[in-house]
Amino acid sequence: MKLTGAEIILECLLREGVDIMFGYPGGAILPTYDTMTKYPQLRHVLVRHEQGAAHMADGYARATGKVGVVIATSGPGATNLVTGIATAMLDSSPIVCITGQVPSAVIGSDAFQETDVTGVTLPVTKHNYLVYNVEELAYTIREAFHIARTGRPGPVLVDIPKDVQTAVTEFVYPEGPIELPGYRPPQRAAEEDIAAALALIESAERPLILAGHGVIMSGAGREVLQFAEMTQTPFALTLLGKGGLPETHPLSLGMMGMHGTGHANLAIQNADLLLAFGMRFDDRVTGNLKTYAPNAKKIHIDIDISEIHKNVRVDVPIVGDLKTVLGQLMPHVKPIEHKAWLGQIRDWMEDADERDIVNRDVGERLFAAHVIHDMWRATGGDAVVVTDVGQHQMWEAQYYPHQRPHTLLTSGGLGTMGFGMPAAIGAALGLGGPNVWAIVGDGGFQMTLPELGTAMQERAPVKIAIINNGFLGMVRQWQEFFYEERYNATPMHNPDFVKLAEAYGIPARRVTRREDVIPAIEWANSITDGPTLIDFVVETHDLVYPMVPAGADLHKMIRRPLPSDTAI
Amino acid sequence: MKRTLVALVENKPGVLNRVASLFRRRNFNIDSLTVGRTENPAISRMTIVVDADAEKIRTQLYKLVNVIQVQDVTEIPDVSRDLALIKVRVNSQTRGEVVQLCDIFRAHIVDATTDALIVEVTGDEDKITSMTELLRPIGILEMVRTGMVTMTRGEHVLSPNGYKPRPSGNGYRTNVL
Ligand SMILES: Cc1ncc(C[n+]2csc(CCOP(=O)(O)OP(=O)(O)O)c2C)c(N)n1
Ligand SMILES: [Mg+2]
Repeated sequence: MKLTGAEIILECLLREGVDIMFGYPGGAILPTYDTMTKYPQLRHVLVRHEQGAAHMADGYARATGKVGVVIATSGPGATNLVTGIATAMLDSSPIVCITGQVPSAVIGSDAFQETDVTGVTLPVTKHNYLVYNVEELAYTIREAFHIARTGRPGPVLVDIPKDVQTAVTEFVYPEGPIELPGYRPPQRAAEEDIAAALALIESAERPLILAGHGVIMSGAGREVLQFAEMTQTPFALTLLGKGGLPETHPLSLGMMGMHGTGHANLAIQNADLLLAFGMRFDDRVTGNLKTYAPNAKKIHIDIDISEIHKNVRVDVPIVGDLKTVLGQLMPHVKPIEHKAWLGQIRDWMEDADERDIVNRDVGERLFAAHVIHDMWRATGGDAVVVTDVGQHQMWEAQYYPHQRPHTLLTSGGLGTMGFGMPAAIGAALGLGGPNVWAIVGDGGFQMTLPELGTAMQERAPVKIAIINNGFLGMVRQWQEFFYEERYNATPMHNPDFVKLAEAYGIPARRVTRREDVIPAIEWANSITDGPTLIDFVVETHDLVYPMVPAGADLHKMIRRPLPSDTAI
Repeated sequence: MKRTLVALVENKPGVLNRVASLFRRRNFNIDSLTVGRTENPAISRMTIVVDADAEKIRTQLYKLVNVIQVQDVTEIPDVSRDLALIKVRVNSQTRGEVVQLCDIFRAHIVDATTDALIVEVTGDEDKITSMTELLRPIGILEMVRTGMVTMTRGEHVLSPNGYKPRPSGNGYRTNVL
């Protein structure tokens, strides 16, 4: 069968199981856009800015576990993707970006809308390609999907000159195995490593599991939980690990790190064994590396060999797929008790409840924590929540315990403001159900605000909750703590978000009082065939507690003052 | 301490750029990097001399899809060679001195004019450094070194496990740059 390059692209997408792609047209990708008319089974979502397309594909991928697909034109179209690609890279999210490129004959001549896109995206992709030859197109796209979704997943970009899209060749879909001599994601652990890990596990008195994104991506939640229960080992979660294990489980210590729970961080600092499962000792979870978990032996299981010893030297490194490795380990694990250790951790919780803002009488005032706590209640704790970046993101992490994998989608590694709403649109379109909430700050929401148009046009059933504190809250928090309350460039004059949504034909409400929170959420839940928006106007001068200042020792947390010590 | 890594990479466009970009963004200091063909036209071989955490570099290199194999050969007995071309200003007095030095170092004079000689010297780091130091007072006009290439002794080899590239269209370009 003779096909054009553009037809080959779309044929290959179909064979990869793609049903939706997020994109924006332009000259260099037009042959492919024109060819889409022959492929109605491939839904195309027209975004309002290419960054939105990348976040949507990323949100789609994180929610469904499938590869998200982005399509954009050369030059500015492709460079607009960069933030979204970098976001996917740092959080190991599998997306494939297809970009048009100027015709191969003029590459290198500064042609109209020419950018060296493979050069620009080289450091922020897992791999990328510039396809010069239509004969190589099918194989390249197949490779791109394979690389994106296997091993440690990540973004892959395929740059395709316009003439390659129009060139014709015999199309033979390459069915055989993919031959990538330099790409063999590890699976199993060596037996001696399993034995070494077992020895540490059996002798530990104060063990602790650190569960990261890898638990979710490897699909190892059940195995990790089994291990935790069998060995009575408590677990703490990274931000991206949330959802990997049931957070209301008695062994759960909640989130670790900069805004983690006090008892999780104290457990890390006092543990004699850390079991790091699919996590990478990011600086946001370790604090000062010199004083990090000083008494703990460390077992590190990760699929990416370059994570081993990168930030923290470990005693037993195991490079492999977490689920597979735990499958090797579990048959040898014997039941153990750690009563004293668990009791000690419970004592560390001390007065945390008393300090907690949701347990206080705050009069008329509405705090973000209330909104998120009530949202957790009103959604049965079972919504897919997509956050933006800032204080609201941390409050989500603290006040919305997740039970299932793929239910918290958030930009952790890059901390990309503007991620939330488009990623939620991608998730909602991928899941097809009305259970997706975007929790966004008033600042970040406005970074990708035009995607409201996409939500409207596609009738994406996404519920947008703006945590509106009139500030770039997280920056304001740092200014309050570390810059003597000089609030430079953080107060924001916002538009009327309700009117704005209504201009898009999106039903919207404003909530300013606690008693209106749950009714508003129930109202949004009742709308299932398109987007809704709620503007939660919350306290401006609130702070995320506890906080470990950047680079400080993990146990030196700033805690929320007790009610007796301060007004709030 | 300096360490030597040998890497087998796919001979494809952009691979050297990927490796160099990795070194730059991870802030690895590279002493020298050479790249060239091997007995298999689909594979190029790099010798990388670093004054840094070689294990970190090795594991980071594995993140690159086109990198087939990397080994730190510092502790393995090996043959290492660097080649230098050194152009020396000479006159009737110093010419003999240079010829003598070449004798001692088993270097060759590969070009000669009345005012200048080009000396070709091959050897390990130390040999080339001492040769350079001895020629410097005589007057080095210009100099170029290829960088180190290394091969382990005996039967030990770095092998890509019989890798053959997939057959590809006529436009397929093999060029590691
Ligand atoms: C694209 C981008 N620019 C800047 C930052 C730095 N930053 C982190 S949080 C934050 C404030 C976010 O404000 P808002 O969206 O209102 O959320 P809040 O913290 O108030 O909940 C800023 C500016 C960032 N993370 N991303
Ligand atoms: Mg804000």
